Amino acid sequence: MSDVTANKELRIVGFLCNWCSYGGADTAGVGRFKQPTDLRIIRVPCSGRVDPLLVAKAFANGADGVLVSGCHPRDCHYSEGNYYARRRLEMLKRFLPFIGIDEKRFHYTWISASEGQRWQKTVTDFTKRIHELGPAGKAVLDPADKAVEEMAS
Amino acid sequence: MNRERLKEAVAEILPGVDAVIAYGQGFDAAHGEPCFVTKKEELEGLILNPLCEHNLASYLPSRKNKKTGVVVKGCDSRTIVQFLQEGLVKRENLVIIGVPCTGVVSAKKLARALDHQTVEEVRFEGETVIARTPRGEKRIALADVSPDKCRTCRYPTPLIYDVLVGEPIESDKDPAAVYDDVRELMGKSLEERKAYWEKEIGRCTRCYACRNACPLCVCQDSCIAETRDPHWQSQRSNLSEKMMFHFIHAIHLAGRCTECGECERACPMDIPLGKLKKKINMDMLDLFDYVPGIVCEDKPPLYTFKVEEKKIEEHEL
Repeated sequence: MSDVTANKELRIVGFLCNWCSYGGADTAGVGRFKQPTDLRIIRVPCSGRVDPLLVAKAFANGADGVLVSGCHPRDCHYSEGNYYARRRLEMLKRFLPFIGIDEKRFHYTWISASEGQRWQKTVTDFTKRIHELGPAGKAVLDPADKAVEEMAS
Repeated sequence: MNRERLKEAVAEILPGVDAVIAYGQGFDAAHGEPCFVTKKEELEGLILNPLCEHNLASYLPSRKNKKTGVVVKGCDSRTIVQFLQEGLVKRENLVIIGVPCTGVVSAKKLARALDHQTVEEVRFEGETVIARTPRGEKRIALADVSPDKCRTCRYPTPLIYDVLVGEPIESDKDPAAVYDDVRELMGKSLEERKAYWEKEIGRCTRCYACRNACPLCVCQDSCIAETRDPHWQSQRSNLSEKMMFHFIHAIHLAGRCTECGECERACPMDIPLGKLKKKINMDMLDLFDYVPGIVCEDKPPLYTFKVEEKKIEEHEL
């Protein structure tokens, strides 16, 4: 692979819908397409299941990037889950930079089960982007919390 | 704001309702407080002046099927419209007394302007607040001690009411300036914004007063910030937990917040919480041309969708 993955691995969380994008990632695997290994995939029933708070929690717990992928609009297994997701995720993408999280660290897209190549490109490009941005950095701790951490170490 | 006319209006509707929620004098001269009127004798305790800062509509969903009268200002009436949009209250259970409002006093800002002295008396003369403390009388312009929401208020007259106490007032505020504070912060760099919220939210004590005061936080005791299963939030007191809590509050109000300012009023740490919700509202206006709490027949934008979204484009990597 490119020198992108020569660096230390970063933590990228991917929420993929069961019916399209998870299948697309599987297709990429079956096709033996090379992919970076920074991404940890969480399979969800539908992109409509992806509460914006799941993304927020991932960032709060130290994720360096979050990727959400579902079925293409009009292709949702449940007819309309991804339409709701689209509105919520767009709202989230605009809200993140307001509180100081780079919106480049969050990406949402649509990938079908047959688009193994598209999956490979998405995950490679997104991983590359996160590596260019570097680690997200830890949130500042409260003094009390810092003392607890010091005692523990 | 005419107290006598309000008393007449409350007296008139009182026989037909379980209670009328209005304003009474608080624990000192500088505070108003919510007051539930059930008997005629209690009418004397009512007040109607710029100390009527609270959003009394907050009580309505918990009133269930009890017929309730409520006194609302323009900003508070938007909360009722939002409740009706979401089916949280029934219109036939409400008798709404609207009060056109020219601005209220933030008790916190007033206390600060008076250097936290004991307040013995507060009077209002037009746009001036006259407060007497042991140090003497002080005259303060109402605009200097009003909450931030009043400075950009576009709806001084209630949008929904059965009885209007006073004459309707037109807003003289610039509609384009409503989100100026959000734009100002967005004009800064990502690092500056991060530092801003770390400083502001770092003060949070997670007392949940903002959530408890919020009229649209209807989950209350079932709030995910307090559930153990799923365990969204731990009891640790660090910045990321605090951020997460305010994230929950803001996201759960996305496309619903009517900017009544109750979160900021209730916050003991003076955190500008309204700004988080205003940012999302600004995006809702841009994306879906939607302002919460204006038209009863509207649907909150995140409760619905369009097959073709005009303003949402695919993001490239």
